[in-house]
Amino acid sequence: MSTPTTAPTPSTTGAPPPSTARAARRRPQVRELGVLLAVVVLIAATWLHNPGFLSHQGVRDLFLGATVLAVLAVGQALVLITKNVDLSVGSVMGLSAFGTGILFVTFPGLPVPVVMLAGVLIGLACGLANGLLVTTVQVPALVVTLGTLYAYRGLNHWWASGGQVNAHDMPASFLTLGRVPVLGVPLPAAIAVVVVVVVGLYLAHFRSGRELYAIGSNADAARLSGIPAGRRVITAFAVNGALAGLAGVLFAARYGTVDSTVGTGMELQVVAAAVVGGVAIAGGVGTVYGAALGAVLLTTITAALPIWQIDQFWQQAVVGALILAAIGLDRLLALRTARKLRGGGARGA
Amino acid sequence: MPVAPERVISSPAVAPATGPDRPGGARRIASLLSLRESPVIAALVVALLGASLFVDMFASGRNISFLLLSVAAIALMALPMTLIVVTGEIDLSVASTLALTSATLGVLWESGVPIESALWICLAVGAALGAVNGVLVTVMGLPSLAVTIGTMALYRGLAYVLLGDRAVASYPQSWVSGARAPFLGIQGLPWIAVAVLVLAVLFAVLLHATSIGRSLFDIGNNDEAARFTGTPVRWTKFWLFTLSGVVAAGAGVFWTLQYGTSRADTAFGLELQVVAAVLLGGVSIFGGVGSILGVMCGVLLLGVIRNALQLFGLSSEVLQIVTGLILIASVVTPNLVAKVRARRAPAAAPVATPAPAPSSTDRPDNGEQS
Repeated sequence: MSTPTTAPTPSTTGAPPPSTARAARRRPQVRELGVLLAVVVLIAATWLHNPGFLSHQGVRDLFLGATVLAVLAVGQALVLITKNVDLSVGSVMGLSAFGTGILFVTFPGLPVPVVMLAGVLIGLACGLANGLLVTTVQVPALVVTLGTLYAYRGLNHWWASGGQVNAHDMPASFLTLGRVPVLGVPLPAAIAVVVVVVVGLYLAHFRSGRELYAIGSNADAARLSGIPAGRRVITAFAVNGALAGLAGVLFAARYGTVDSTVGTGMELQVVAAAVVGGVAIAGGVGTVYGAALGAVLLTTITAALPIWQIDQFWQQAVVGALILAAIGLDRLLALRTARKLRGGGARGA
Repeated sequence: MPVAPERVISSPAVAPATGPDRPGGARRIASLLSLRESPVIAALVVALLGASLFVDMFASGRNISFLLLSVAAIALMALPMTLIVVTGEIDLSVASTLALTSATLGVLWESGVPIESALWICLAVGAALGAVNGVLVTVMGLPSLAVTIGTMALYRGLAYVLLGDRAVASYPQSWVSGARAPFLGIQGLPWIAVAVLVLAVLFAVLLHATSIGRSLFDIGNNDEAARFTGTPVRWTKFWLFTLSGVVAAGAGVFWTLQYGTSRADTAFGLELQVVAAVLLGGVSIFGGVGSILGVMCGVLLLGVIRNALQLFGLSSEVLQIVTGLILIASVVTPNLVAKVRARRAPAAAPVATPAPAPSSTDRPDNGEQS
């Protein structure tokens, strides 16, 4: 997960004039380096406290744990940057995980890549439905995805009707995917890194990627300057759905046992990871590197608490406090940037 | 209440037909029954009729009592939530506040504090939790969606810290059965339903018949304009979040006594049901539009459908699909109607009704009632 340090950092918005853009551009760098530093310090301190934390098994657990959340956080970041939100990701992931499992059960002969693709496509279809509802009927994303959160989850329960898919129903080649090492990291983690880098480069260097920031900063201005905002937002939702589908496939490969409750409540962890990583809920700000780092940080905290012999029940409280700290910090940084851009003296808000 | 002249300035986005500047009680009743909540009222009537005709046992006193008890906590939390969403904010931490107060009550009861005084401590805790939200939103200027996602995790986490995975279930039986007791011995009418009704009337008066209530709509329509017209926007929002905390704490106490247990995972995910009921009741997520009547109908509608489906032998998964689809339909339908009307209107009277400006498409809820 060392990509973010070398990655090109895009500016937060298209708003500041070129002469002062550098001040604004520095902000996300600081922000993501901060999260990275937090991860490194936490891992180092925990390792010093108990070297078993970074044993071979420990590292693998850490990677695998962060994988699903990081993939979801990358997709969520795309949607958040356009000033929308997708609360249905947990349900989409569950639907895709169960769909993957049930395909193996009903069509045992299907090749593994086809089934994995089908899982991703389930997610894509769900994301596309969200995107179309948000843009064509112009319903706020919070409401649509709250509705589809229930609908997709209900669909999953109805489909599963109380059953579950066990590890022995899945082909061994699929289950070992979760353990195959690629360049020293488990394959799912490698996939997550590839996803992060690809989406990160897309957002930073491609016109349509930059346009997502423009839409999130000011949708009306983006539309007036000729950006097909509707299409871009649909794309963001569709990609997010596909990534949630991928997360579901990875979940199925890792755990082997899936029922209809997979991913319940995941949406808040995902939003939390993105927000901790510096992606603003108000849109137009943040990078997927930050979101992925946020996911790693949350996972690391969960893994580190038992080693510090802190009651596991503190985990959620810590996550909550971290979210509040992150958005507070973002606010401070934004105020400082704004003051700099105005040449000082201006009041922040 | 005299109508202040600045209303006209501060809420320019409201369609003329629903403009708040015409004085008089008739106007108020008309705005209570405006088009926006008539679909949910109609849906509620249809659901009630359908359920009592086709579902055995639905109309029995026992079942009605059960139904009302099951929606009481949601109805309570939906009241302040309505006010908050009308001002354009949101509070996702209500269910966690409920859980944390429930856990607090459990810990207090276990350590020997009598319930009578524990109740007040719980309400104070709720007020403090709400005030934290309020401070973060108003003083630090953070978006309420992000803040309350954070405090939702934080408060739930603190509930786990207090109770772990234990449950406190040693509440005195008199309190537990007292929470479910009928009002004046009327079968099928628990006292909590009457209490919710009284509170709903109070909230409705506050929202629809006082200058404070009008200023909430002002804030929701245009935060900045409201501030320029002298509305104390920050204080108002702060007190709304505090109120939400207090009411959620009350719901937590009731929930605890009703089920006779305190658990940290209590009411998990209930905030989404509260928000769903509020949106179903015709409150715009963008703020500036909504009524208590619509929200109460939304709460009841979800409760009736759930109850009827359960009696019908359909499982909760169908209910989840139905809840989701109703929620989406409730927002999609008015927008589609507005679109169709906007398309027809210029053809019929090209001079009188200009096509909606592009910016109004971002806030589709304001124009469709004309």
